[in-house]
Amino acid sequence: MKLITAIVKPHKLDEIKEALQAFGVQGLTVTEASGYGRQRGHTEVYRGAEYQVDLVPKIRIEVLVDDSDAEELIRVIVSAAATGKIGDGKVWSVPVDSVVRVRTGERGADAL
Amino acid sequence: MASAITTLAADAPTLSAANTGFMLICSALVMLMTPGLAFFYGGMVRVKSSLNMLMMSFISLGIVTILWVLYGFSLAFGTDSGSLIGWNSDYVGLSGIGITELWDGYTIPVYVFAVFQLMFAVITPALISGALADRVKFGAWVLFTALWVTVVYFPVAHWVWGAGGWLFELGVIDFAGGTAVHINAGAAALGVILVIGKRVGFKKDPMRPHSLPLVMLGAGLLWFGWFGFNAGSWLGNDDGVGAVMFVNTQVATAAAMLAWLGYEKLRHGSFTTLGAASGAVAGLVAITPSGGAVSPLGAIAIGVIAGVLCAMAVGLKYKFGYDDSLDVIGVHLVGGVAGSLLVGLFATGGVQSDVAGLFYGGGLEQLGKQAIGVFAVLAYSLVASALLAFLLDKTIGMRVSEDDEVAGIDQVEHAETAYDFSGAGGGAASRTTAAPTPSAASKKVDA
Repeated sequence: MKLITAIVKPHKLDEIKEALQAFGVQGLTVTEASGYGRQRGHTEVYRGAEYQVDLVPKIRIEVLVDDSDAEELIRVIVSAAATGKIGDGKVWSVPVDSVVRVRTGERGADAL
Repeated sequence: MASAITTLAADAPTLSAANTGFMLICSALVMLMTPGLAFFYGGMVRVKSSLNMLMMSFISLGIVTILWVLYGFSLAFGTDSGSLIGWNSDYVGLSGIGITELWDGYTIPVYVFAVFQLMFAVITPALISGALADRVKFGAWVLFTALWVTVVYFPVAHWVWGAGGWLFELGVIDFAGGTAVHINAGAAALGVILVIGKRVGFKKDPMRPHSLPLVMLGAGLLWFGWFGFNAGSWLGNDDGVGAVMFVNTQVATAAAMLAWLGYEKLRHGSFTTLGAASGAVAGLVAITPSGGAVSPLGAIAIGVIAGVLCAMAVGLKYKFGYDDSLDVIGVHLVGGVAGSLLVGLFATGGVQSDVAGLFYGGGLEQLGKQAIGVFAVLAYSLVASALLAFLLDKTIGMRVSEDDEVAGIDQVEHAETAYDFSGAGGGAASRTTAAPTPSAASKKVDA
């Protein structure tokens, strides 16, 4: 099993959710996040005084999937999240040792 | 007011129901400017001091109203003494005035004139507060306001508008308060901050406005109320001068907003909300002294000049290192000086008075008079306000402690905070733990 984590622009959340549903993903977790990549935030100007805003709002999406679906799912997320502009975000996956469904106690792939 | 330069009718005036009704509405409009100003300023400070900013403006409605009735109206508009101050014991407590008694030379009751002028006296010290954001003890501010209107505003209003006042007699044109209100407040702001110093973290910590929508709301209310401020300053509508002033107020404000936005687009790359609000206020300030004397095209020119000048001026605090928190100097002092001096250039001689400015064949004479008015009020207010602040700082202390300033002045001075962030999910750490109970003091009374 893999945990796929995507840090994306907030306004892309709906598109990504729809793409994941179309792919057949059963559940996901969404968190509000903030951070910066190479573009280092943005500048705001108030009466000529400039404020450097480093941390910009992002959305963090986490999905647990079977190993066999992982690569395809990453492609789905990336294509739904891409705008081509700076700050689109990142997607990565990490191996997961075990998963338990809290309600039933099922483990592994059955718990997904 | 400036309107006393010419009288409305040759015959002995009688009470005009139309003018009286108009002036009562104008007074109510001017009253609305003070809460409008509170929002304009309140949105520009950080969350932790937004209530204090609102209160520093709002309290003026309390203090100045009472002082005005007790003795302020008498000092400003009583019988002249030495061209410097007025006095009329009938005005003390507004107790010796008949309800149908007319303001001399006009068609409105003395009561109406007194209440219209009261609103000007209320907003002027409130204007100063924007320079002092985040750091002044509320009690000290209340005392400062009471002393300041007594020592500075009431006399200056007499100089500029009172029959016999020295600037009035000199022929300085201040239709609705460029010198008596805006230059006066701006210079006072400078005087006080030179004494009390900068906010903790000035030029180091980010101090961006916490709510630009509030700023826009406040600017909108100011613009709306300003029609009463300006169009009402002719004290009637028998001859169309008030209408010219209304038009000029609108066009100068529009021009100044566009000019400020244009300047910052060129200079900083964006058309900002704060720029639109600030530009509008700069235009309102600049047209206040001049709008009764100029044509609408002149008003556009004055708006553009004021918009650009004030937009440039607000950056000076970073250059010179004085902390005029919300740019009272940059907008009100600079805008007021610009508007007052431009009368000397753009006065057409065909509206409130027959005095023509340089561009209308009048030479430099009026410009010279305007300059005397500007610098007399500026110098007096600057020095007197700095002395008052110094006096208060040495006795009761003007500033809250550094720790309190960093933690937020709202909690320390008002035992309140502006917003409850704990309700909308999370925020468990800041949730209040105790149910509301009577405070310790009232419990004792109960027992």
